[in-house]
Amino acid sequence: MRRPIRTAIGLMLTAVMLFPVYWMINVSFTRDQDMRADPPHLFPVNGTLEGYRAVLDQQLPYLGTSLLVGLGTVALTVVLAAPAGYALAKLRPPGGGALSFALLIAQMIPGIIMAMGFYAIYLNLGVLNSIPGLILADSTIAVPFGVLIFTAFMSGIPEELMQAAVVDGAGRLRTFWSVVLPVSRNSIVTVSLFAFLWAWSDFVFASTLDGGGDHRPITLGIYQYIGNNNQQWNAIMATAVVASIPATILLVLAQRYVAAGVTAGAVKD
Amino acid sequence: MRRSKTGDWAAWAFLAPVVVYLLAFYAYPLYRNVELSLRNYTVRSFVQGGAPFAGLDNYQKILSDPTFGPALAHTVVFTLASLAFQFAIGMALAVFFHQHFPLSRTLRALFLVPWLLPLIVSASTWSWMLNSDAGVVNAALSAVGVGPVNWLTSPDWSLVSVIIANVWIGIPFNLVVLYSGLQAIPATLYEAAALDGATGAQRFWRITFPLLRPVSAITLLLGLIYTLKVFDIIWIMTRGGPTDSSTTFATWSYRLGFGSLLPAFGPGAAVGNLLIVMALAFGLIYIRIQRRQQA
Repeated sequence: MRRPIRTAIGLMLTAVMLFPVYWMINVSFTRDQDMRADPPHLFPVNGTLEGYRAVLDQQLPYLGTSLLVGLGTVALTVVLAAPAGYALAKLRPPGGGALSFALLIAQMIPGIIMAMGFYAIYLNLGVLNSIPGLILADSTIAVPFGVLIFTAFMSGIPEELMQAAVVDGAGRLRTFWSVVLPVSRNSIVTVSLFAFLWAWSDFVFASTLDGGGDHRPITLGIYQYIGNNNQQWNAIMATAVVASIPATILLVLAQRYVAAGVTAGAVKD
Repeated sequence: MRRSKTGDWAAWAFLAPVVVYLLAFYAYPLYRNVELSLRNYTVRSFVQGGAPFAGLDNYQKILSDPTFGPALAHTVVFTLASLAFQFAIGMALAVFFHQHFPLSRTLRALFLVPWLLPLIVSASTWSWMLNSDAGVVNAALSAVGVGPVNWLTSPDWSLVSVIIANVWIGIPFNLVVLYSGLQAIPATLYEAAALDGATGAQRFWRITFPLLRPVSAITLLLGLIYTLKVFDIIWIMTRGGPTDSSTTFATWSYRLGFGSLLPAFGPGAAVGNLLIVMALAFGLIYIRIQRRQQA
């Protein structure tokens, strides 16, 4: 096969794969009266911004909550996972293997089951429908992954680098803070990126632990649009487009970190 | 220096936050979940406590529930069909992109998009695309003379519909991991095979496929564990319906616990625990395979 032909096939496959994404954008600009046109309009001719106006009017608070929850989850995840990764990769205490094993198992527990346990606990504590409660629950998706990623990356830091710090009289905390963390910038970005994306996309915890009240995330904003039997699909899809923005930005700005996270989680130990 | 006692203490000081965290926010919710499944909870006793111990009653209840059989069958079909298609398509794409042509990097990156989108975005987009009257899929089908399919509202098609959406979401993961596996295969092997006159198909089945076995095993098992957990897509697209035709253990558990005004937390937790047992069983296989590969 010639290379230009391959490129042509590749473009075609990508177009098929991304058609649903295009369709979401297309529908978000479609006028209500064209929504059920037969055949459907393939391009948003006579497009409308009605859907996006609805987003601005109704969904901004949800977006704000999601942003806050996402950032909170990132902070909590990195603070918990980075020191643990350092200890497991470089200090290797007895029992560390068992902890890695527990983290691997933790990743396999379905979110819906965690949600039920959290619900029982939160109900008794009275922290249902609160932002900190949701941050805590969302972080359970990212923390085990974060520790495993940090361990894998930090194992690659040369011993000499850290011995040099010890020779200079630095304690372990100082070594961690001024040597290990700065050279682990890439893994911090990878972990933060996934923690943010997972918290931003979370629906299970949001719908069980944060279903009522004033601080609901954007995933529930979309869900309630659908649930209300609201036939305003341009507004629903416009919200979906806006909710996809973080993923798009991350893909454009941090593509190599994304690929690194996917493969490190699967292929490395 | 490494094996000193103080060194171990320092190490565990770094690990302490995560250990406390795991106990408080993994172990304890799981314990509460087991406790929920062993007691006879009502809404009242859920809030105030004091639910009577019920032993395995909740498990008995779900095993004899008419939903149990279909839910088990759908969980198995959903998982196996999703895995088979995700893996086959992901593998084909990985081999295709491994040929390095102009734009291949960019296009490969674009393939990640479905995986990065929030599940509710993908699920609601597919819902509208598969809409019986106004969906673009039925419009395309009618253009080639195939009658409209009630994708989401017919019991015959609802499971197929959620599988299609789930395969679409899972392809990028398979593509990326298998692609990274392909990169680890030395190019000299292919050159030698080409000198010996091997055809493309022979090169795939004799070189690529056997050498990719370890990566494939991990990809499939991770896919299996992820797919067993899938809840969002099914719930958003069909809510497990119509009449349980796309209900899996995950959506059944959610429906019992949260899906109605009269929650049945005990049975819901019991279904959830069965799901955990399934996931853990596969998880242990995964760990064993990984250990064997490292040895």
